[in-house]
Order: sequence, then structure tokens, then C-alpha cells
Amino acid sequence: MDRALALHLGVIAALGLAYFVLPAYHAGNLARIMVLAIYAMGFNLAFGYTGLLSLGHALFFGAGMYGLALSMQHFGAPTLPALLIALVASALVAAVVGALALRTKGVAFMIVTLMFAQAGYLTALYFSAWTRGEEGFVLPQALRRFAGFDLSSAAGRYFAALLLFALTLLLIGAIVRAPFGRALIAIRENEPRATMLGYDVQRLKWFAIIVSGTISGLAGATYALLFGYAGASFAAVPYSILPLLYVLLGGAGTTLGPLVGTAFMIYLFDLSSSLTDAYMLIAGVVLVLLTMFLPQGMLGTLRKRALPWLP
Amino acid sequence: MTQKLIPPSGFTRRGALKTLGLGAGALAATTAMPGFIQAQSSAPIRIGFQVHRTGIGASYGRWYDRTSQAAVKRINDAGGINGRMVELVPEDDGTDAKRGAEVIEKFATQSNCDVAFGTLFSHVVIGSAPRAGELKLPYFVVSEGHHVASGMLNRYTLQPGITDVKSQVQAMAPFVAANLGKKVCMIFPDFAFGHDHRDYFSAAFEAQGGTINAMIAIPPTETAFTKYFPQIPRDTEVIYHVMVGPAVLTFVKELGEFFGPSRPELFGFIDSLEAVDIASPGLEFLEGSYMWEGNPRYAQADQTEYDKAFRAAVGVDDNGASVSDSRDISTYAHMFGCWETLNIIKAGMEASGYQGQGDRAALIEAVEAMSAMPLGMDHPQGAKIFNGKTHQTFGHQYITRVESGKLLLAHTTSIEDTLYEDEVDYTTRSF
Repeated sequence: MDRALALHLGVIAALGLAYFVLPAYHAGNLARIMVLAIYAMGFNLAFGYTGLLSLGHALFFGAGMYGLALSMQHFGAPTLPALLIALVASALVAAVVGALALRTKGVAFMIVTLMFAQAGYLTALYFSAWTRGEEGFVLPQALRRFAGFDLSSAAGRYFAALLLFALTLLLIGAIVRAPFGRALIAIRENEPRATMLGYDVQRLKWFAIIVSGTISGLAGATYALLFGYAGASFAAVPYSILPLLYVLLGGAGTTLGPLVGTAFMIYLFDLSSSLTDAYMLIAGVVLVLLTMFLPQGMLGTLRKRALPWLP
Repeated sequence: MTQKLIPPSGFTRRGALKTLGLGAGALAATTAMPGFIQAQSSAPIRIGFQVHRTGIGASYGRWYDRTSQAAVKRINDAGGINGRMVELVPEDDGTDAKRGAEVIEKFATQSNCDVAFGTLFSHVVIGSAPRAGELKLPYFVVSEGHHVASGMLNRYTLQPGITDVKSQVQAMAPFVAANLGKKVCMIFPDFAFGHDHRDYFSAAFEAQGGTINAMIAIPPTETAFTKYFPQIPRDTEVIYHVMVGPAVLTFVKELGEFFGPSRPELFGFIDSLEAVDIASPGLEFLEGSYMWEGNPRYAQADQTEYDKAFRAAVGVDDNGASVSDSRDISTYAHMFGCWETLNIIKAGMEASGYQGQGDRAALIEAVEAMSAMPLGMDHPQGAKIFNGKTHQTFGHQYITRVESGKLLLAHTTSIEDTLYEDEVDYTTRSF
């Protein structure tokens, strides 16, 4: 077994163990962190590995969230089919958005993805008879079950989050070392050269957006399933910015950076809000300092300075 | 010879690990043994206060905070609850559904709170309530959303201190039909808040024999409104408007420019103008128009002694502004709900003999058993009737008219005007 896979399995095992040693509050936080880390991992595939800076990933997160929640709420879909609907919905949305947005590059790509996400957010508001718009709706506890497990219980929620996190991490770990992932990295590093070498760059970027959007949709669906709520605010602009911050802090183009960045951000807000009402200021200063002194993120810097094998 | 610039401190790696270990152990122990700490009968009752300190609800949060602090001071000055002092444990929810749920988890599993309380915006309440139910933490909200009484939430979530939008809106219909006109054009934001007004008011108004002659939905990102006004039918007698957010000032200004001196009657909800000075430039056009208020911002000629004392306790002057800064306008139509809810928590804990977290179910049952809540210092906004089955309170609504830049009381609805059929019976759900 190579070191990267061993590290991934070790992290998964440590997260599994953490449930039994952490106090309830921190275990609950960790469940949420794992769900949001799935989102960040999806974003990382587009941004960290392919170099596509999207500002519209909340659209994919929202597509997954509504794909699951609406199918459960209005059509009584069981958990697994609802999850599959969520994955299909987010993949379709990503395919359409990717096909159109990838006609642009750089800043224009950022703006086009942002506009698509805003259109998605407004669509959720418009169809409030179904979505309850900005208020959102609660997924009944009785529906949030899978194979006899109650996903609204502390243990059910934690281990469901861990299972999906682990699958995503192993999938991302495999993708980035497969020829497909290597080609994405090549595109990020030097797109003209990748084109010259014969790669169908446009098609590869489109695939990357679809996979990235589907993983983001998985995170949205998982959030609704485990925390019992779906609302349009999760499809709004801030939720497109959050995964960017998670990934930048943890380390773009590292497999575990999204987890580290998500945990750091959640606890930065949580701990600084315990100290002062001006916690946004503290969080802002810390983020600026980190960006200045660790421009490659925490794990990116670690990889550069000490552990070059870090995946 | 080189000399060490930093003298040895005796701080070794092993020592550091020991210290960290002891610290972590102490942290884990205090977190893992809330029951032991709670068992101290003299320990204060901790009320987790979910507050909009940042985000779009911050102006509401500021006044919800001041009102809640004043209410807790009054309770403690009177001896606390069951002989124990009350301690508010505030946490900013960022007016965000995700953060709101995190805050509820913190109250239940780390801050050792007995109950959770607070917050206005519906998406925060709806995003938080599932976690409150799962963690079996009584969650008293001051949101005015219909989400509690609709049956969407759970047995642990109650709204005993403020009426909901459905009852507020339907209670306006008799006054509008009898005094302002029978043909109403509704202008509302095209999202759930506006849709609630559209649906509840139109049904109630038509039951009064009135007609809704147009419904104009404004997209939520709109910043200019004149282009929508030609859709207002010429025979409109009343314009019912519920625009919210910063755009409301532009909306009112453009409406004034569109109609000039001859306009239909105007009826609106103060939600748009909470924390905003009615005398602000651009709002002159509201002169002579009518507003719903949950509690009249300006001290009225027939002000009750309770309203007077409530203003004094919270620090609000007769114009609805802070006594220390006349430009700091309160959210007077809503914030009384915090005061009243905290008094209801007190009454519920006293009725149930609440001692600790094991009595949470008894506390909820005690509140569910409440019904009439008379006007008094505990309920300075007015008398109320609490429906234990739907976990929702019902009370008087106030309609004021803008006269010389002030809001003067024109009508007070009966509580009966606000009642509607039960949509849920939470008491049949298990704990």
C-alpha cells in the first residue's frame, strides 16, 4: 500500500475513532465538517486540480439539496432513491452549466458561473410553493432513515457523514492519480501545452465540472438528509465563496486540504465568537495572515516544505 | 564565546505534553459532565439566546438583545426562577440557517443550557428547529413565522410570545374592507414572505366581500419599481404593500412620484420600516397611510402603564428610539416578543417546578397547558391566548396611521380576528 492511500485510510480511521473520544458537541461539529468537506473536495477538483475558479458551486450544492429534499418531501422517495435523484440532478445541472460556462475563461468564467448560481438561487425563491423559498422547509425525522438506521441520531448522522466522506476522499484520491486526474493537473499547469499534446482539453474540463458538481451535489443532499433542512440560502452567493475559502486555507490541489480548511474555518468562527462579538474581524485578520504567509494553504505549504509525497 | 540570547526556561516537550494532556482532560471532563454541574441547585438557569448579531437581521438582533437583557434583569431582580438566577448565553447565528443549527447544538451539548430562545428570521428558525427537536432542547422562538403553527416543526419548538404572520395578515382584512376600500392591489416581494401575505390576505379579504384586483410580485433583486406601477388597475382603492429590505425607501419614493398628490389609500406592514425613522427623506409619501404594527412604536395617548414601564426598562423613548441616541430606532413592533417569551419561560418553569434538564418535557407540558395571558407587566403588548396544541400565541394587532411623521393608533384588532383553524396538534407527538 502506498503512503497516500495509507494516509487516507488512517484519516478515515481516526475520524471513526474520534466519535468515541470527542465530547458530543465536537463530534456533532465534526459530522458537519465532514459534510462540508465533501463539498470542498468537489470544489477542489475543479479549482485545485483543474484550475477552474468557479464562483457558482452553490448551484450544484443546492441542486443536490433540493434533488433529495423535494423528492423526499413531495414524492415520499426513500433515502437511497432520493440520494440518486440528487446526484443525477446535480450532474445534469453541472453538465449544462459546464457546457455553457466553459466557453469562457478566467474572470469571465467566474462571472458566468456566479450568474448561473444567482439564477438558480432566484429560481428556488420563485418556486416557493415547492421550496418555501428563503424560509426553506424541514425534512421530517421519520423520513431520514436508511437501512434501519436513524440518520437524525448522533451516531447515525456521524457515521453516515463519515461513510460518504470516506467514499469521496477515496474517489478523489483515485481520480487525481488516474490518467484523467493527471490530465486535469496538466491543464491547470499549462493548458496550451496540454492541448498541443493532444488532450481534448475542453472535454476534460467539462468532465471535471460534472464530477465536481456531482460531488458538491452529494454534499448538499447529505446536509439536507443529516440536518433535516433545505433552504434557498444554501444556494446563495456565500455558499459559493465558502468552499473557495476552505480549499485555499487547507491547500488547493491536496486531497486532505479541504477537510483541514473546513475544520479550521468552522472552529475559527466558533472559537472567536466565544471571545468577542467582533469575531468576524478576528476571523478576517486570521484569514488575511494565513493567505499572506501560507499562500499554498496549510497542507500545500506542508507538502512544499516537508512532505513532498503528501497527496 | 557565543552567549545564548534566550535563557533556558525549563519548558520541556514532555512537560508541555503533560500540561496539554491535563488541559484536554479538564476540558473533556467539564464538557462530559453537564449533569453534575447542573445538579448544583444554586446554579443559574442558562437560557441559550440565539441572536442575529451579524447578517441581514442585525438591526433586529440589536434590539432583541437589549429587550432580552432587560427582561432577564427584571426576572432576576424579582428573585429569578424557582430561586435561581437566570443567565442569558448569547450566540450570534449570523442570520444564517447553518450557523443557527450549530448554535443550537452548542447550547445543548456544550454550553449546558436549559432551554434555547430567540431569533426572528424564519430560515434560521426552520434550519435550527430540527436540531432542537433531535437534541430534546426546548426552543422558544420569536419569529412571527407561520412555521410553528403550520405543523412543520416539532414538539420542542414553541412560539408563545409573538403572533404569527397568518393571524396578523388575516386580522387586517376587516379593517381594510370597512375603512379603506373594497378593491385592493397587492404589491409584494416574490418570495415566501411575500407569498404568505398574498395568500393569507387575499383569502381573508375576499371573505370580507372585497376584491383583489391585481397581485404584483416584485423580484427580490429589484432596485427600481416605477416600471411595475402601470400594472396597478385604475379602479384600485387600496394598495397593500409589503416590500422589505433597503429597497423599501426607493419603492415608497417612486410610488409617490408615480401617483403625485392623488393616490389610492395605502396599507403596509411595518416590517419594511423597522429600525427606520418614519421621518427619513423619501418617506414623506407615507403621510396619511396605514401600517400594521405588532406594538405601536410611538407612545400613544392611551398608553398603558405597562407599555410605559416596558419602554423605560428597555431604554426606548416615546418616539420608539433609544433613550441614548434618538437616531437609533427600535424594532418596537417585534421586540416585545422577547420580553414576553422570557416571562413565559419563567412561568412555565415555575408551574412545572423545573429543576434541571430532566424536567424539559415537564416544562413544555406546562407551557402547552397555558391559555389566557392577561395584559400586564409580563405581557405589555397586550393580552394573548396561547394555543398549546399548535404551540402558537394569538393576540391583538395594531393599525396606525402616519400623521405628521408619527404613527398614531387608528385601530386595535380583537384577538378573535386573529384566530384560525388548528393545523396541527403537537401534544399528540411524543417527546
